[in-house]
Amino acid sequence: MENLINIFVKSIFIENMIFAYFLGMCSYLAVSKSVKTATGLGIAVIFVLGITLPVNYLLEKYVLTEGALKWLDPSFASVDLSFLSFIMFIAVIASITQLVEMVVEKFTPVLYNQLGIFLPLIAVNCAILGGSLFMQQKAFLNIGEATVYALGSGVGWFLAIVGIAAIREKIQYSQIPAPLRGLGIAFIITGLMGIAFMGFMGIKL
Amino acid sequence: MSEREALFSKKNLKLLSDPLNSSNPITVQVLGICSALAVTAQMKPAIVMALSVTAVVALANVIISLLRNTIPNRIRIIVQLVVIAALVILVDQVLKAYVYDVSKQLSVFVGLIITNCILMGRLEAFALGNKPWQSFLDGIGNGAGYGAILIIVGFFRELLGSGSIYGFRVIPESWYITHGGFYANNGMMILPPMALITIGIIIWVQRSRNRKLIEN
Repeated sequence: MENLINIFVKSIFIENMIFAYFLGMCSYLAVSKSVKTATGLGIAVIFVLGITLPVNYLLEKYVLTEGALKWLDPSFASVDLSFLSFIMFIAVIASITQLVEMVVEKFTPVLYNQLGIFLPLIAVNCAILGGSLFMQQKAFLNIGEATVYALGSGVGWFLAIVGIAAIREKIQYSQIPAPLRGLGIAFIITGLMGIAFMGFMGIKL
Repeated sequence: MSEREALFSKKNLKLLSDPLNSSNPITVQVLGICSALAVTAQMKPAIVMALSVTAVVALANVIISLLRNTIPNRIRIIVQLVVIAALVILVDQVLKAYVYDVSKQLSVFVGLIITNCILMGRLEAFALGNKPWQSFLDGIGNGAGYGAILIIVGFFRELLGSGSIYGFRVIPESWYITHGGFYANNGMMILPPMALITIGIIIWVQRSRNRKLIEN
């Protein structure tokens, strides 16, 4: 349990997807002009990360790593498919986003109206594939750890995008040097937020 | 059919040079920032990353451009992803075989080329509607524009953060405080947030020189 909380807090604050690894920057900068849409996208990211990462974890553990196919037949023990992981992960992510979109549309139209336009975009959000690739690198012990990591990273991303959207709404009334307006200042604010988040570095639970 | 266009006509050269400045993928189109920043703490990984992305963009552009009339519109995103993922696997294997240490340093960011927005962006916006040769030039141009920013950021971060350029020491050892000198590296430059601020400053400089790009 302690271990899970540790992973959760670490993935939100210390190894924040945006401030430490710059993952999902494209949509982060493009969709952070108002708090409302930023919240929608943030929730969609948590949702999709929380579903795709455990699936990719199982795929990694039972299909892709060396000797993972042993459960199928002992003679497969030497098969190493890890070079296929990129293409498998992205295929899983693309198809699950499609699936999630259809399920959400069918069962909760309200949620669909809120997430609608963002769901398809998420297939190519680096944060999602990045989550799976980090999962592969961190070699989690069980699926619970992987799921907690996914939710933590999602929440961290959500916090970052809602935070910058709020700041960008405020600075519309500020006098910024003309060449810095828009994109330039967004980068610098993200950098400053990153410095603030660095304060969490070194926290151990 | 109209007359055959020369291989390097003015229009084609513009495809190559535009992404370097007025339609730069990073500072103007806001594409491909995801993987751009994390690899720029030193110049060597930045250069390797720039070359890898250029190769993938150019080849993916050509392949999608060749297939553009046969891909059904509904499934084009999946087709694009598969083409990109296959090319990225190739690049990853080549990097692992020839520059293993850099490939370790880049870690997940080679895989993240797949979701690099430059790729999808150029495929959607250019390759689906243009001939293979133009698409190839567009890919090289955009890869170079991306690489230019990466190398500039890498140059400043490595120079100010570690006192070296491409691994070669520029600031002499004897200048350092630890050796009785007056100079200390700015450790902040190695850390992630400074990459963002460096890009912010590049955008500032570029836009104050090229006033057409200023947003309202």
